[in-house]
Amino acid sequence: MTKILIIIPCYNEGNSLPLILEQLLHLKLPAHFKMEIAVVNDCSKDDTKWVAGLYPIVLLDLLVNLGIGGAVQTGFLYARENGFDLACQIDGDGQHPPWELIKLLEFYDQTKTNIVIGSRFLDEGGFKSSFARRLGIRYFHWLNKLLTGGNIYDSTSGFRLFDKAGVALAAEKYPDEFPEPASLVLFSKYGLSIKEVPVVMSERIAGISSIRNFKSVYYCIKVTISMLFIFIRKKA
Amino acid sequence: MSRIQVITIIINCVFIGYIARLITKGKLREEYAIVWCLCTFVLVLFSFWTKGLNLMSKVFGVFDPPNLIFTAFIFLILIYLLHLSVVSSKSQHSITRLTQEIALLKEKMKKADGTDQND
Repeated sequence: MTKILIIIPCYNEGNSLPLILEQLLHLKLPAHFKMEIAVVNDCSKDDTKWVAGLYPIVLLDLLVNLGIGGAVQTGFLYARENGFDLACQIDGDGQHPPWELIKLLEFYDQTKTNIVIGSRFLDEGGFKSSFARRLGIRYFHWLNKLLTGGNIYDSTSGFRLFDKAGVALAAEKYPDEFPEPASLVLFSKYGLSIKEVPVVMSERIAGISSIRNFKSVYYCIKVTISMLFIFIRKKA
Repeated sequence: MSRIQVITIIINCVFIGYIARLITKGKLREEYAIVWCLCTFVLVLFSFWTKGLNLMSKVFGVFDPPNLIFTAFIFLILIYLLHLSVVSSKSQHSITRLTQEIALLKEKMKKADGTDQND
Protein backbone atom coordinates (compact mmCIF):
# COMPACT_ATOMS: atom_id res chain seq x y z
CA MET A 1 0.00 0.00 0.00
CA THR A 2 1.44 3.36 -1.04
CA LYS A 3 0.16 6.40 0.81
CA ILE A 4 -0.01 9.53 -1.30
CA LEU A 5 -0.77 13.06 -0.15
CA ILE A 6 -2.21 15.58 -2.60
CA ILE A 7 -1.12 19.07 -1.58
CA ILE A 8 -3.34 21.88 -2.85
CA PRO A 9 -1.95 25.32 -2.02
CA CYS A 10 -4.75 27.89 -2.17
CA TYR A 11 -4.81 31.63 -2.08
CA ASN A 12 -8.29 32.98 -2.83
CA GLU A 13 -9.32 29.90 -4.81
CA GLY A 14 -12.79 29.55 -3.31
CA ASN A 15 -14.36 29.53 -6.80
CA SER A 16 -12.25 26.84 -8.41
CA LEU A 17 -11.57 24.67 -5.39
CA PRO A 18 -14.90 22.75 -5.34
CA LEU A 19 -14.42 21.42 -8.88
CA ILE A 20 -10.87 20.23 -8.20
CA LEU A 21 -11.84 18.58 -4.95
CA GLU A 22 -14.84 16.86 -6.59
CA GLN A 23 -12.63 15.56 -9.40
CA LEU A 24 -9.96 14.41 -6.98
CA LEU A 25 -12.38 12.67 -4.65
CA HIS A 26 -13.90 10.77 -7.58
CA LEU A 27 -10.54 9.94 -9.11
CA LYS A 28 -9.84 6.21 -9.41
CA LEU A 29 -6.18 5.61 -8.66
CA PRO A 30 -4.52 2.23 -9.20
CA ALA A 31 -5.53 -0.09 -6.35
CA HIS A 32 -2.30 -0.01 -4.37
CA PHE A 33 -2.51 3.75 -3.82
CA LYS A 34 -4.26 5.29 -0.85
CA MET A 35 -4.90 8.99 -1.39
CA GLU A 36 -5.38 11.78 1.13
CA ILE A 37 -5.92 15.43 0.23
CA ALA A 38 -4.46 18.39 2.10
CA VAL A 39 -5.69 21.87 1.25
CA VAL A 40 -3.30 24.55 2.44
CA ASN A 41 -5.19 27.78 2.90
CA ASP A 42 -2.57 30.52 2.57
CA CYS A 43 -4.52 33.11 4.56
CA SER A 44 -7.08 33.63 1.78
CA LYS A 45 -9.33 36.67 1.91
CA ASP A 46 -12.27 34.85 0.31
CA ASP A 47 -14.25 31.80 1.46
CA THR A 48 -11.55 29.23 0.59
CA LYS A 49 -11.37 28.00 4.18
CA TRP A 50 -15.13 27.54 4.42
CA VAL A 51 -15.34 25.78 1.02
CA ALA A 52 -12.52 23.42 1.94
CA GLY A 53 -14.26 22.62 5.22
CA LEU A 54 -17.18 21.12 3.29
CA TYR A 55 -15.09 18.24 1.96
CA PRO A 56 -13.55 15.25 3.73
CA ILE A 57 -10.01 16.57 3.47
CA VAL A 58 -7.19 17.76 5.68
CA LEU A 59 -7.24 21.55 6.01
CA LEU A 60 -3.95 23.23 6.88
CA ASP A 61 -4.88 26.80 7.72
CA LEU A 62 -2.05 29.35 7.71
CA LEU A 63 -2.58 32.40 9.92
CA VAL A 64 -0.07 34.48 7.97
CA ASN A 65 0.24 34.63 4.19
CA LEU A 66 3.46 32.75 3.40
CA GLY A 67 3.37 32.67 -0.38
CA ILE A 68 3.28 29.55 -2.54
CA GLY A 69 6.59 28.09 -1.32
CA GLY A 70 5.76 28.32 2.37
CA ALA A 71 2.25 26.98 1.74
CA VAL A 72 3.42 23.93 -0.21
CA GLN A 73 6.15 23.30 2.34
CA THR A 74 3.46 23.07 5.03
CA GLY A 75 2.02 20.20 3.00
CA PHE A 76 5.43 18.52 2.83
CA LEU A 77 5.81 18.90 6.59
CA TYR A 78 2.43 17.24 7.05
CA ALA A 79 3.40 14.42 4.68
CA ARG A 80 6.68 13.83 6.47
CA GLU A 81 5.09 13.88 9.90
CA ASN A 82 2.37 11.43 8.90
CA GLY A 83 4.60 9.02 7.01
CA PHE A 84 3.33 9.45 3.46
CA ASP A 85 5.27 7.66 0.73
CA LEU A 86 4.44 10.17 -1.98
CA ALA A 87 3.29 13.76 -2.16
CA CYS A 88 1.97 15.59 -5.20
CA GLN A 89 1.34 19.29 -5.55
CA ILE A 90 -1.77 20.25 -7.50
CA ASP A 91 -2.50 23.96 -7.88
CA GLY A 92 -5.80 25.24 -6.54
CA ASP A 93 -6.64 27.20 -9.67
CA GLY A 94 -7.57 24.20 -11.82
CA GLN A 95 -4.50 24.43 -14.01
CA HIS A 96 -3.53 20.86 -13.25
CA PRO A 97 -6.31 18.40 -14.21
CA PRO A 98 -6.41 15.79 -11.42
CA TRP A 99 -6.68 12.81 -13.80
CA GLU A 100 -3.23 13.66 -15.19
CA LEU A 101 -1.94 12.57 -11.79
CA ILE A 102 -2.32 8.96 -12.93
CA LYS A 103 0.35 9.54 -15.61
CA LEU A 104 2.77 10.75 -12.96
CA LEU A 105 2.00 7.76 -10.72
CA GLU A 106 2.43 5.27 -13.54
CA PHE A 107 5.74 6.82 -14.44
CA TYR A 108 6.82 6.68 -10.80
CA ASP A 109 5.84 3.03 -10.54
CA GLN A 110 7.99 2.16 -13.55
CA THR A 111 11.05 4.24 -12.76
CA LYS A 112 10.98 5.09 -9.02
CA THR A 113 12.21 8.59 -9.88
CA ASN A 114 12.48 10.87 -6.84
CA ILE A 115 10.81 13.87 -8.46
CA VAL A 116 8.35 13.43 -11.34
CA ILE A 117 7.37 16.68 -13.07
CA GLY A 118 4.18 17.03 -15.08
CA SER A 119 5.40 18.94 -18.12
CA ARG A 120 3.50 21.03 -20.65
CA PHE A 121 6.18 20.96 -23.29
CA LEU A 122 6.92 17.35 -24.10
CA ASP A 123 3.63 16.76 -25.83
CA GLU A 124 1.40 18.43 -28.39
CA GLY A 125 -1.94 19.80 -27.31
CA GLY A 126 -3.11 21.26 -24.05
CA PHE A 127 -2.61 24.74 -22.76
CA LYS A 128 -0.20 26.94 -24.72
CA SER A 129 1.11 29.93 -22.86
CA SER A 130 2.03 33.38 -24.13
CA PHE A 131 5.20 34.21 -26.07
CA ALA A 132 6.83 36.04 -23.17
CA ARG A 133 6.14 33.15 -20.85
CA ARG A 134 7.55 30.65 -23.36
CA LEU A 135 10.66 32.81 -23.65
CA GLY A 136 11.03 32.79 -19.88
CA ILE A 137 10.60 29.04 -19.77
CA ARG A 138 13.27 28.59 -22.44
CA TYR A 139 15.61 30.74 -20.41
CA PHE A 140 14.97 28.61 -17.33
CA HIS A 141 15.53 25.45 -19.35
CA TRP A 142 18.95 26.77 -20.28
CA LEU A 143 19.79 27.95 -16.77
CA ASN A 144 18.60 24.71 -15.27
CA LYS A 145 20.74 22.71 -17.69
CA LEU A 146 23.71 24.86 -16.76
CA LEU A 147 23.27 24.40 -13.02
CA THR A 148 21.97 20.84 -12.74
CA GLY A 149 23.10 19.20 -15.95
CA GLY A 150 19.58 17.83 -16.28
CA ASN A 151 17.32 18.32 -19.27
CA ILE A 152 14.10 19.65 -17.78
CA TYR A 153 11.90 21.61 -20.16
CA ASP A 154 9.14 22.72 -17.84
CA SER A 155 11.09 23.78 -14.78
CA THR A 156 8.34 26.20 -13.75
CA SER A 157 5.67 23.51 -13.56
CA GLY A 158 4.18 23.16 -10.08
CA PHE A 159 2.56 19.82 -10.93
CA ARG A 160 5.13 17.54 -9.32
CA LEU A 161 5.22 14.20 -7.57
CA PHE A 162 7.73 13.71 -4.75
CA ASP A 163 8.80 10.42 -3.21
CA LYS A 164 9.84 10.05 0.43
CA ALA A 165 13.36 11.39 -0.12
CA GLY A 166 11.96 14.36 -2.05
CA VAL A 167 9.38 15.09 0.64
CA ALA A 168 12.00 14.93 3.40
CA LEU A 169 14.26 17.38 1.60
CA ALA A 170 11.45 19.74 0.62
CA ALA A 171 10.07 19.74 4.17
CA GLU A 172 13.50 20.74 5.40
CA LYS A 173 14.36 23.46 2.90
CA TYR A 174 12.10 24.83 0.22
CA PRO A 175 12.42 28.26 -1.43
CA ASP A 176 9.62 30.55 -0.30
CA GLU A 177 8.78 32.68 -3.33
CA PHE A 178 8.52 31.20 -6.86
CA PRO A 179 9.97 27.90 -5.62
CA GLU A 180 9.70 25.64 -8.67
CA PRO A 181 12.85 26.27 -10.75
CA ALA A 182 15.01 26.98 -7.72
CA SER A 183 14.00 23.82 -5.90
CA LEU A 184 15.12 21.71 -8.87
CA VAL A 185 18.68 22.95 -8.33
CA LEU A 186 18.33 21.95 -4.69
CA PHE A 187 17.05 18.46 -5.50
CA SER A 188 19.73 17.71 -8.06
CA LYS A 189 22.38 18.94 -5.65
CA TYR A 190 21.26 16.37 -3.11
CA GLY A 191 21.41 13.67 -5.74
CA LEU A 192 17.68 13.14 -6.29
CA SER A 193 16.59 12.02 -9.74
CA ILE A 194 14.27 14.34 -11.66
CA LYS A 195 12.25 13.30 -14.72
CA GLU A 196 9.45 14.82 -16.78
CA VAL A 197 6.22 13.32 -17.97
CA PRO A 198 4.05 15.03 -20.59
CA VAL A 199 0.70 16.15 -19.24
CA VAL A 200 -2.09 18.30 -20.62
CA MET A 201 -2.76 21.38 -18.57
CA SER A 202 -5.84 23.53 -18.82
CA GLU A 203 -6.25 27.25 -18.41
CA ARG A 204 -7.01 28.37 -14.92
CA ILE A 205 -10.70 28.19 -14.05
CA ALA A 206 -10.76 31.29 -11.89
CA GLY A 207 -8.43 33.53 -9.96
CA ILE A 208 -5.28 35.20 -11.14
CA SER A 209 -1.82 33.78 -11.69
CA SER A 210 0.75 34.61 -9.08
CA ILE A 211 2.99 35.67 -11.95
CA ARG A 212 1.50 38.73 -13.61
CA ASN A 213 3.07 40.73 -16.40
CA PHE A 214 4.62 43.53 -14.43
CA LYS A 215 6.05 41.02 -12.02
CA SER A 216 7.63 38.74 -14.59
CA VAL A 217 10.93 40.60 -14.83
CA TYR A 218 11.20 40.56 -11.07
CA TYR A 219 10.34 36.86 -11.23
CA CYS A 220 13.18 36.10 -13.64
CA ILE A 221 15.74 38.03 -11.62
CA LYS A 222 14.70 36.63 -8.28
CA VAL A 223 14.59 33.05 -9.52
CA THR A 224 17.96 33.39 -11.24
CA ILE A 225 19.52 34.73 -8.06
CA SER A 226 18.01 32.07 -5.85
CA MET A 227 19.03 29.30 -8.29
CA LEU A 228 22.60 30.58 -8.39
CA PHE A 229 22.83 30.83 -4.63
CA ILE A 230 21.36 27.43 -4.00
CA PHE A 231 23.89 26.15 -6.51
CA ILE A 232 26.91 27.59 -4.69
CA ARG A 233 25.61 27.08 -1.15
CA LYS A 234 27.30 24.35 0.86
CA LYS A 235 25.29 21.31 1.77
CA ALA A 236 24.32 21.56 5.41
CA MET B 1 32.71 76.90 23.11
CA SER B 2 30.95 77.80 19.89
CA ARG B 3 27.18 77.78 19.44
CA ILE B 4 27.09 74.75 17.15
CA GLN B 5 29.00 72.72 19.73
CA VAL B 6 26.43 73.50 22.40
CA ILE B 7 23.59 72.59 20.02
CA THR B 8 25.10 69.21 19.03
CA ILE B 9 25.86 68.33 22.62
CA ILE B 10 22.29 69.07 23.70
CA ILE B 11 20.83 67.11 20.78
CA ASN B 12 23.09 64.16 21.53
CA CYS B 13 22.09 64.14 25.19
CA VAL B 14 18.42 64.12 24.23
CA PHE B 15 19.10 61.30 21.77
CA ILE B 16 20.91 59.17 24.36
CA GLY B 17 18.09 59.82 26.81
CA TYR B 18 15.55 58.68 24.22
CA ILE B 19 17.48 55.46 23.50
CA ALA B 20 17.70 54.76 27.24
CA ARG B 21 13.95 55.24 27.52
CA LEU B 22 13.28 52.87 24.61
CA ILE B 23 15.44 50.21 26.25
CA THR B 24 13.87 50.56 29.69
CA LYS B 25 10.40 50.34 28.14
CA GLY B 26 11.46 47.17 26.36
CA LYS B 27 10.85 48.60 22.89
CA LEU B 28 14.46 48.31 21.74
CA ARG B 29 16.72 45.35 22.22
CA GLU B 30 20.09 46.12 23.78
CA GLU B 31 22.10 44.74 20.89
CA TYR B 32 20.65 47.33 18.51
CA ALA B 33 21.05 50.06 21.11
CA ILE B 34 24.80 49.50 21.21
CA VAL B 35 25.18 50.80 17.65
CA TRP B 36 23.11 53.89 18.39
CA CYS B 37 24.96 54.63 21.62
CA LEU B 38 28.31 54.28 19.84
CA CYS B 39 27.23 56.68 17.09
CA THR B 40 26.11 59.25 19.61
CA PHE B 41 29.33 58.84 21.54
CA VAL B 42 31.37 59.55 18.41
CA LEU B 43 29.29 62.66 17.71
CA VAL B 44 29.72 63.94 21.26
CA LEU B 45 33.42 63.22 21.13
CA PHE B 46 33.91 65.30 18.00
CA SER B 47 31.76 68.15 19.22
CA PHE B 48 34.05 68.56 22.26
CA TRP B 49 37.26 67.76 20.46
CA THR B 50 37.09 70.17 17.51
CA LYS B 51 40.65 69.62 16.38
CA GLY B 52 40.01 65.89 16.21
CA LEU B 53 38.24 66.05 12.87
CA ASN B 54 41.11 67.88 11.18
CA LEU B 55 43.56 65.47 12.72
CA MET B 56 41.56 62.46 11.53
CA SER B 57 41.30 63.84 7.99
CA LYS B 58 45.07 64.23 7.90
CA VAL B 59 45.54 60.68 9.17
CA PHE B 60 43.24 59.27 6.48
CA GLY B 61 44.54 61.65 3.84
CA VAL B 62 41.18 63.30 3.21
CA PHE B 63 41.49 66.80 1.73
CA ASP B 64 38.30 68.32 3.11
CA PRO B 65 37.38 67.25 6.71
CA PRO B 66 33.56 67.23 6.21
CA ASN B 67 34.03 64.65 3.42
CA LEU B 68 35.47 62.30 6.00
CA ILE B 69 32.29 62.60 8.05
CA PHE B 70 30.05 61.90 5.06
CA THR B 71 32.11 58.97 3.84
CA ALA B 72 32.41 57.39 7.25
CA PHE B 73 28.78 57.80 8.15
CA ILE B 74 27.36 56.68 4.81
CA PHE B 75 29.52 53.57 5.09
CA LEU B 76 28.34 52.93 8.63
CA ILE B 77 24.70 53.45 7.67
CA LEU B 78 25.01 51.01 4.74
CA ILE B 79 26.53 48.35 6.97
CA TYR B 80 23.80 48.89 9.52
CA LEU B 81 21.07 48.64 6.88
CA LEU B 82 22.55 45.37 5.69
CA HIS B 83 22.51 44.15 9.26
CA LEU B 84 18.84 45.10 9.54
CA SER B 85 18.05 43.18 6.33
CA VAL B 86 19.70 40.14 7.85
CA VAL B 87 17.68 40.55 11.02
CA SER B 88 14.43 40.92 9.08
CA SER B 89 15.19 37.89 6.87
CA LYS B 90 15.81 35.87 9.97
CA SER B 91 12.58 36.90 11.62
CA GLN B 92 10.69 36.23 8.36
CA HIS B 93 12.08 32.71 8.37
CA SER B 94 11.01 32.25 11.98
CA ILE B 95 7.51 33.51 11.22
CA THR B 96 7.22 31.02 8.34
CA ARG B 97 8.23 28.13 10.59
CA LEU B 98 5.85 29.22 13.33
CA THR B 99 2.93 29.64 10.95
CA GLN B 100 3.49 26.20 9.47
CA GLU B 101 3.79 24.61 12.88
CA ILE B 102 0.57 26.29 14.07
CA ALA B 103 -1.29 25.03 10.97
CA LEU B 104 -0.07 21.48 11.62
CA LEU B 105 -0.97 21.69 15.31
CA LYS B 106 -4.45 23.04 14.56
CA GLU B 107 -5.02 20.10 12.23
CA LYS B 108 -3.75 17.68 14.86
CA MET B 109 -6.04 19.19 17.51
CA LYS B 110 -9.02 18.98 15.18
CA LYS B 111 -8.29 15.33 14.49
CA ALA B 112 -7.87 14.70 18.21
CA ASP B 113 -11.23 16.03 19.33
CA GLY B 114 -13.03 15.15 16.11
CA THR B 115 -15.27 18.17 16.55
CA ASP B 116 -16.86 20.48 14.03
CA GLN B 117 -14.87 21.21 10.86
CA ASN B 118 -15.36 24.97 11.06
CA ASP B 119 -14.12 26.49 14.25
